[in-house]
Amino acid sequence: MILLETKGLTRVYGGLTAVDGVDFALPKGEVHALIGPNGAGKSTFVGMISGRIPASSGEVWFDGQNVTALPAHARIRRGMAYTFQITAVYARLSLADNLALALRSRDRGAALAALDRVGLADRADQMTGDLAYGHQRLLEIVMGVAQKPRLLILDEPTQGLAESEIEGFNALIRELAGETTILLIEHNMNVVMALADRITVLDMGSILASGTPAEIHANRAVQDAYLGTG
Amino acid sequence: MSIGTRSTILHLGLIALLFVLAFVLPSYHQGNLARIMVLATYAIGYNVLFGYTGLLSLGHAMFFGAGMYGLGLAMQYGGLGVIPAFAVALICAAVLSAVVALLALRTIGVAFMIVTLMFAQAGYLTVLYFGAWTRGDEGFVIAQSARQIAGLDLTAPTTRYLAALLLFSAALLITARMMQVSFGSVLIGVRENEERTRMLGYDVFRHKLAAVIISGTISGAAGAGYAVLFGYVGATFTSVQYSIFPLLWVLLGGAGTTIGPLVGTLFMFYLIDYSSGLTNAYMLIAGVVLVLLTLFARAGLVGEIRKRWVA
Ligand SMILES: Nc1ncnc2c1ncn2[C@@H]1O[C@H](COP(=O)(O)OP(=O)(O)OP(=O)(O)O)[C@@H](O)[C@H]1O
Ligand SMILES: [Mg+2]
Repeated sequence: MILLETKGLTRVYGGLTAVDGVDFALPKGEVHALIGPNGAGKSTFVGMISGRIPASSGEVWFDGQNVTALPAHARIRRGMAYTFQITAVYARLSLADNLALALRSRDRGAALAALDRVGLADRADQMTGDLAYGHQRLLEIVMGVAQKPRLLILDEPTQGLAESEIEGFNALIRELAGETTILLIEHNMNVVMALADRITVLDMGSILASGTPAEIHANRAVQDAYLGTG
Repeated sequence: MSIGTRSTILHLGLIALLFVLAFVLPSYHQGNLARIMVLATYAIGYNVLFGYTGLLSLGHAMFFGAGMYGLGLAMQYGGLGVIPAFAVALICAAVLSAVVALLALRTIGVAFMIVTLMFAQAGYLTVLYFGAWTRGDEGFVIAQSARQIAGLDLTAPTTRYLAALLLFSAALLITARMMQVSFGSVLIGVRENEERTRMLGYDVFRHKLAAVIISGTISGAAGAGYAVLFGYVGATFTSVQYSIFPLLWVLLGGAGTTIGPLVGTLFMFYLIDYSSGLTNAYMLIAGVVLVLLTLFARAGLVGEIRKRWVA
C-alpha cells in the first residue's frame, strides 16, 4: 500500500529547475533514504511534499488523496511531520514547552516520556537555546517523532551529531521502523546503510537510481555521480 | 504550586489591591489610577499582539478610536444608553480589526508596521473629515446625565474608579486565561518561530488573525471606557501619538507579561506627572528615563524582576 506518491513534481527557481518532474512512490512502513550531492534538490523535493515549498507543477498524493492544493499545516494535520535541515526549535522556550507545542497538549508526563527517548528528560525545564547543538537536533527529531506521524520527513538529521548520538538516533529510528513511514535525507552513508529499506538517489533534480542498499551500492552511475566523490 | 495557579493568585491579588486602593487613595491619585487602569487596558490589548504574538503594530489608535467613537457617536446621536453603546463600540472595534487584519497580515515586519500606521492615519483623517459629527480635533463631551448605568453615576469618583477596575480586571483575566490555554501557547510559538509553528501543523494565519481581532477589540473596549468614564471624545486619541503610547507602556512594563502593561502605564503616567512638576522640559526627563530603561532593563520592569528574582 502506497502512503506517499509524487507525480511529475517540479520546482523552478528563476532559470534553475531544482526538482525536475519527479515520480516517486513510498510504501507504508518503509524507511526510505534520499541521497544525492549538494544542490541535488533533496530539500526542495521534501519541502514540496510537506507543502513548505509550493510546487511549480506536478502533484503530491498522501494516503490516497491529492494534497497538492493543501497548505503545509493541513498536510501536517493529516499525519506528516517535518524536521528541518537547519535546526528549527523554539530556542527561547524550555524543552517541555517545545514538546507541548509538538504534542498539542500540556501533558507534562507525555513531554517527559518523549524527551526520555533521546535522554533529554532531565533537561525538560532548561532553555532550549542553552543546549548543545547536538541536543537541539535530537530535540527537533523527537518533536517530530512525538507527533506519532504516519510519514516522518527528516532532512539530514544526523548532521552535527556526535558518533554516540548517531547511535542513539539509529536506535530511535529502528524503534519506529515498521509502524512509521520514514523519508530520510542523509549524507552519512553508514546511517543510510544501517537504516534504509530502500534508497533513492537524486541528482540535478532527477532520480538517478532507486533500489535496495545493496543495489545502490553496486550501481556504477551512482558511484560516479555521488558515492565516489562523496 | 503550578505556574498557572501562581499567576492566578498574582492576578487576583492585584485586583484585590486595586480594589482596596479605591477607598484609601487621596482623590487626586484615585482619579489618576482610574485613568491609568483604562489606559492599561489599552496596553493589555496591545500586548496581545506585540508581546505574545510578536507583531508590532503602529496603528492601534484606530482600534482605541473605533471603540471611543463607536460608543461616543452611539450615545450622542443614537441616544443609546451606556451598555448598548458599549456593545456597539466592541462591534466597531472587532469589525475594524478583522478588516485591517485581513489586509495587513499579508505583510510582515516593517511592512506590517507601515501598513498599520497608514490605516490608522486614514482613520484619523476620517474622523476629521466627518467633523460635522465628530467635531474633529476639538471633540465633543458626553453629557454627565448620560453617563449612568441603571442609576449608577459613572462620573462619581469612586464609582468611576470601580468601573475602570472592572474593565481592567476583565481584560487582565481574559488575556491571562488565554495564555494558559493552548491558543496562547501557539501565539507564543508564532512569535518565537513562525516556520516551526506552521510545520507543527498550526494555521499561523488564523492565529494571527484571531490575535489582531482580540487585541483590537480589547483596545476598543479601552477607548469606549475612556469616553464614558472621562466624558470626552476627540481626534487626538486616534492620532499616531496614541499608537505609540501602548508600545512604550508595554516595552517599559515588560512585553509578553500579564501585568507588565499596567506597570508600564503606571510608571510612565507618574513619570510625566512628577517631571512636569519639576521642570517645563518634562518630556526630556521622561525621554532620558525611557532610554535608560530600554538600555538596562530590556525585558521591561516586570520582565527584569521575573528574570532576576523569580526564575
Ligand atoms: N529559495 C531558493 N531560491 C533559489 N534557488 C534555490 C532556493 N532553494 C534552493 N535553491 C537551489 O535549488 C537547488 C536545490 O537545492 P536543495 O536545497 O533542494 O538541494 P539539496 O539536495 O537539499 O542540497 P544539500 O545537500 O546541500 O542540502 C540548489 O541549486 C539551490 O541553490
Ligand atoms: Mg538540503
